[in-house]
Amino acid sequence: MSTGTTPKPGQGAPTPQNAEAHDTGRSAASNARGNLSNAQRFLLDAAEKSVDMVHREIIRKGMDSYDVAHAKGRTRFAFWDAARQRCQEIKREAVNHLDQYLLEFEKNVIAHGGHVFWAATSEEACQYIADLAVKHSVKTVVKSKSMVTEEIHLAGALEKVGCTVWETDLGEYIVQLRNEGPYHIVTPAMHLNRKQIGDLFRDKFDEPNLSDDPQELVAAARRKLRKAFFAAEMGISGANFLVADAGCIAISTNEGNGRLSTGVPRIHVAVTGIEKMIPKLEDLATLWPVLATSGTGQPITTYGSLIGGPRRPGEADGPEEFHVVLVDNGRSSLLASKEEREVLHCIRCGACLNICPVFRHIGGHSYGTPYPGPIGSVLVPRLEGEKFEHLSSASTLCGACTSVCPVKIDLHHHLLENRRDFTEAGHVSAGERFQFKMFKTAMVNPSLYKVGGWFMRKSLRLLYSLGLSGSVLDPLRPWNKGRSTIPLAKQSFRAIWKKELDHGE
Amino acid sequence: MSRKVALFVPCFVDQLLPQVAVDTVTVLRRVGCEVNYFEDQTCCGQPAFNSGFWSESRPCAEHFVSVFKDAEYIVSPSGSCTTMVRNFYPELLKESDALADAREVGQRTFELSEFLVKIMGVTKVGARFPHTVTYHASCHGLRELHLRDEPLQLLRGVEGLKLVDMLRYDECCGFGGTFATKFADISVAMGTSKADNIAVTGAEYVTAIDPSCLMHVQGVLGKRKDKAKTIHLASILASEGKPA
Repeated sequence: MSTGTTPKPGQGAPTPQNAEAHDTGRSAASNARGNLSNAQRFLLDAAEKSVDMVHREIIRKGMDSYDVAHAKGRTRFAFWDAARQRCQEIKREAVNHLDQYLLEFEKNVIAHGGHVFWAATSEEACQYIADLAVKHSVKTVVKSKSMVTEEIHLAGALEKVGCTVWETDLGEYIVQLRNEGPYHIVTPAMHLNRKQIGDLFRDKFDEPNLSDDPQELVAAARRKLRKAFFAAEMGISGANFLVADAGCIAISTNEGNGRLSTGVPRIHVAVTGIEKMIPKLEDLATLWPVLATSGTGQPITTYGSLIGGPRRPGEADGPEEFHVVLVDNGRSSLLASKEEREVLHCIRCGACLNICPVFRHIGGHSYGTPYPGPIGSVLVPRLEGEKFEHLSSASTLCGACTSVCPVKIDLHHHLLENRRDFTEAGHVSAGERFQFKMFKTAMVNPSLYKVGGWFMRKSLRLLYSLGLSGSVLDPLRPWNKGRSTIPLAKQSFRAIWKKELDHGE
Repeated sequence: MSRKVALFVPCFVDQLLPQVAVDTVTVLRRVGCEVNYFEDQTCCGQPAFNSGFWSESRPCAEHFVSVFKDAEYIVSPSGSCTTMVRNFYPELLKESDALADAREVGQRTFELSEFLVKIMGVTKVGARFPHTVTYHASCHGLRELHLRDEPLQLLRGVEGLKLVDMLRYDECCGFGGTFATKFADISVAMGTSKADNIAVTGAEYVTAIDPSCLMHVQGVLGKRKDKAKTIHLASILASEGKPA
């Protein structure tokens, strides 16, 4: 469970519970399904969650209030769609010329006295940060929220070199205490109600008299986290944007933990994907409010920080060292594809998760990746490979995601392209391939289609008249499991047309 | 004005739900269209396309284009199948000889409510349906064809019909083609939420422009033994007073 590292004497900061489960983004219960494939595990986790009515009610309440805030937030814009359009243009420019903007960004950060590390893989990124920690004898690390650090499994890498890692975003802290990964990219503990959080804190903090009052719970977490902030030698943050012309990172937060994580410890490391680039500082004027509105419905987040380097001579505070770790981890292969490149426009607002009916039913943890929901189902199979390809099929292609995306990524069409590419790469079962070969043969041959349709209806009617609906013999068994059987028409439309409707017009 | 219409009957409507197509013929004739049905039509290829089997879907699409090439108007009682032809064929047939024909066929292919309101300019088709009805906005119709008001305008034009709003009327019902069987548990859970929202309205019928959504929703309602029934928009528009 905990890593065995002790806080420095006298600091009295207890260690948060950093278990292996946290690294995988899965609950302990689903880890018991160890020998199943990722796709099988997904089916089981999703099936279980989709009938968990307590879960559904918590998510419904959360999403209902998000919907109201998001709708109200959009009305603050004179032209919401024009703002989306503008964001799309900014991100398209940044991504289409990412090579130039990355170099410009690096040059400017170095000029401010910062360091930039280019990490081709998760391993390279983790190694660089772990080496830094060792070099500076870091024992305590505070983290503000960052999905990329989840993606690269940074916490585990730091624990291996003897660091105690504290999540300081309240939601992240809560899921860390539960040995879970974040449930949602914006609201990591969305799946818990205040009673569950109260129970967790009473248990973990040894404060049996805490009530479920949110104020009291926040105060209890703050008491723990304050100590960590001032003990930490290293602070880790993500970045919502990398601003090329200013050579700084932009962070939006609501809790103030971002500023404490980046400003108090001696070393600040910002870990971010290369695609977070934007060309100009002034682009934030549109992107910041659009991100806040899409993320939580706020006009702007409570804190917006621009950090461009370490403490300068004469400044009262700030870190002594500032490092930016630019993570590729498969992103440049997406960049190389003209068709898929726009997936890199994503600003991780979470709007597509919130509106997704699949997400609302199966919840964030079922996906088994730090990036759940539509954007994850598009992105993760491309970044992490075959073991996540089933996610691209786990969508009805309803297009709700595309309709809300603030940078106008054509999400559900990218799911179709993923399916095409994975099928063409041969990553499908022989059964399914055979099924669609047969399908094609019948559909280009009208008489075969006609006979095939007749045979199907005839045989199903016989099967059902024998009471075998839903049995192993029933080809529509998966359908009939949760639904009443489809009524089987006696005649096809084409037969009716011939007999009754054809007026020879 | 009379229009020559070629019926595009989705394969599963042909085989499983022929009444939807029969009612489509009734409505189209009632508003003065000449209706024809090309018997060589099969399936638009969407099941293969959505499952990633574009090489298998392409010949289906080419077959469809060759069947409907000379039709003046092509009308279908399905927003989803219309989407396939109009929105997805150009992408699917990008490198096919049939591309130019496919684009033209796509521009002449309409979903039924879209055709009635936008092309025929009618919102009253002389139907009478004295029942409480709630409307589910099918995803492809809403977000691919952008049909938000057309079906509602037609429903408001039906005598005796009382239209009641449904919460989350534009949230997917969970059908999603092969999704419904590949991810049956998730699909049914989504269908159950839809059924809950339908139940709250107290409506006798839930209607939509896509027979596939209705087939799925009917399956869930049937399993739950709910009171509400599904009915396709075409069947409401074709009715003359008796319950369909």
